[in-house]
Amino acid sequence: MAKRLAVVDVERCVDCLLCAQACARRFGEGGLARSAIAVRSAGGVERGFVVVVCRACDDPPCLHACPVGAIEKGPVGVRVVLDRCIGCKACVAACTIGAVRWDEGGGKPVICVHCGLCARFCPYGVLALEEVEGG
Amino acid sequence: MDRLLPRVLRVDLTRKRSWVEERPDLFRDRLGGTGAAIELLHELCPEGADPLGPENPIVFAVGALSALYPLASKTVALFKSPHTGNLGESHCGGRTAFALRLAGYGALAIEGRSDVPVYLSIHDGGVRFRDARTLWGMGSSVTVGRILRDVEPGSGHRTILRIGRAGERGVTYAAAIAETYRHFGRLGLGAVLGSKNLKAIVVSGQGAIPVAEMGRYQKLYRELHERAVRSDLMKKYHELGTAQNVGPLNEMGALPVRNLQATRYPEEPAFSGERLAQGYLGRRLACAGCPVACIHLAALREPHPEEPYFYKTTFVSYDHEPLYALGAMLGVEEAAGVLKLIDAVGHVGLDAMTAGVVLAWATEAFDTGLITERETGGVRPRWGDVAVYREMVRRIADRDSEFYRVLGEGVRAAAARYGGAEFALHFGGNEMPGYHTGPGALLTYLAGARHSHLDSAGYAVDQDLLRRGEELAPPDLARRLLAEEARRQVLSSLVICFFARGLYDFPTIAACLGALGDDWDEGRLRNLGAEVLRRKHAFKVREGFRLATLPIPERAMTTPAPGGAVDEEYLRQALAEMERWLEGNDGLEG
Ligand code: SF4
Ligand code: SF4
Ligand code: SF4
Repeated sequence: MAKRLAVVDVERCVDCLLCAQACARRFGEGGLARSAIAVRSAGGVERGFVVVVCRACDDPPCLHACPVGAIEKGPVGVRVVLDRCIGCKACVAACTIGAVRWDEGGGKPVICVHCGLCARFCPYGVLALEEVEGG
Repeated sequence: MDRLLPRVLRVDLTRKRSWVEERPDLFRDRLGGTGAAIELLHELCPEGADPLGPENPIVFAVGALSALYPLASKTVALFKSPHTGNLGESHCGGRTAFALRLAGYGALAIEGRSDVPVYLSIHDGGVRFRDARTLWGMGSSVTVGRILRDVEPGSGHRTILRIGRAGERGVTYAAAIAETYRHFGRLGLGAVLGSKNLKAIVVSGQGAIPVAEMGRYQKLYRELHERAVRSDLMKKYHELGTAQNVGPLNEMGALPVRNLQATRYPEEPAFSGERLAQGYLGRRLACAGCPVACIHLAALREPHPEEPYFYKTTFVSYDHEPLYALGAMLGVEEAAGVLKLIDAVGHVGLDAMTAGVVLAWATEAFDTGLITERETGGVRPRWGDVAVYREMVRRIADRDSEFYRVLGEGVRAAAARYGGAEFALHFGGNEMPGYHTGPGALLTYLAGARHSHLDSAGYAVDQDLLRRGEELAPPDLARRLLAEEARRQVLSSLVICFFARGLYDFPTIAACLGALGDDWDEGRLRNLGAEVLRRKHAFKVREGFRLATLPIPERAMTTPAPGGAVDEEYLRQALAEMERWLEGNDGLEG
């Protein structure tokens, strides 16, 4: 059964960035360069946070925007075919919620693959994998 | 060791120049943090430097584990302190360590003085000197943060450090504020930044950090994460935060109240951790890379002075130390009052702890007639009178008259000018922290590098001995404190949060470094700790510090701690032992 990463209780987010770090470790490195998830304050930390991550659109604008077909539908969400990508950032502009992150070093997009590793390291249950409806 | 960590970003404000210097020696042999920063300070700070002169450098440093392992989330700042005239060391959480490390630097060293107010904007490997004349003199440090948030890039992975009015005007215990609720509080970093005409520093970075052995690293990370998340450490710091200490300290008679005239309130103070959590807690926050989230924000709701049914909701971060200093020390009775004072102090950018002890001294000096309304400008300081204290905070930050100017240099200066040395609660010029537990705590304040409770946890040793009904001979206590202090130099070189000290024993640290490709063992770590401690002491001695002749505040001796009044002779003997060790070269038992 396919599962999608969801932000289930953003009120409990404490801005520790452990989720973003966990995501980056998928690539065998520390830091945040290729993390697909971002946490930002909602206008000052006292207002709380927003967790920006791919929502796995049914009909993904990022995919349609790509001029060379480097973004394909995945089991959930999308997959970036890196050697087809020409680094034009059209996907970045197309995703309304800003979930396409940019790897400056590699000059390529980074998009969540809904693996849920981040959720395992969130100490406060902000993130979880959810069944995709009808999936 | 990865090739990014040894990069030291050097900034010369006078010439508006910046460059990167590779210092693999410091980061390989010293791991970074305090260990690296003290060497840079020895190199960059000329002997006898004026702390508020352009020659005083500021060194920020992170360590080999920063942004890689849980709770390695702090940044250390070293400088010559304008408050004590000696070594200044301050630690801060927030996002500073993350941002510096992911920007590709192990340290940032700032020298010189700008001709006009500027702020530094450090992104994508570039350093820009930006005009800060509009920000200079702004009423609140919170507003400054808000403006920079809007005009600077890097949202989500940046740090915004800034000073308030107190720092601009050279109050010697002005703080630097990170992310609104985190502080480089002690020893006057804010004043040093102010003296350089440097209003703020914004750093962002989201680089990758190479890891030598990913499998080992992942496994260790997972284990440490699990332990941090499941341990009591996490639970107690997350739930009530350090404010949980207020109640128990009060109960055991170790909470300094009204300038340490007393050590407890008759009942649990209204600002104890439990009572604040029930009545005020609004949100919790974490430093980047820390699962504990001990930062507690109270939501303080105040009615508008004129408009009915209008409220102002202010968020105020509280911790044990500000609650002690701006609550207990001043005899404040209600929780909202303490929160208001913490807020006032944060707005102008003063160190909360020092400010509280200064106001407490002023209150007692007023009570005993050493100062009158002539000095205070018509203000009548009175225990628990929050409105008056708020007014005094404003005047101290503005350096409004001769009296407030002197108060802006701490209780040592105030007592030298107006008398009352016997109740001026400072240790080597630095004001007392919030634990009157016994000789261990007092020795920590006297001999620690920061004269702070976090140096060697003397307060914890005191409580441990009390529980066991034991007493230690002065040299034994001295060695026990030194051993812990030496161990903490390793933690502060890696800049691991001291709350995680139970998580990171030497074998664990060696394993963490091993996964990064660095070969360390317990013995080598132990030596490093002792060496860093001695290097700090050498800097202090160079700048005129003498342990043997350090004045000990009489009040700390006459007001009994839970185990009874502390004997000066006992402290002197322990200090002599510490000095012998710090200036010699024999080892310590772990
Ligand atoms: S990256 Fe954005 S546009 Fe693409 S699938 Fe995810 S949410 Fe939709
Ligand atoms: S689900 Fe996986 S890919 Fe997506 S943000 Fe989390 S860790 Fe990254
Ligand atoms: S790990 Fe959880 S609490 Fe921490 S920043 Fe991510 S979502 Fe927020």
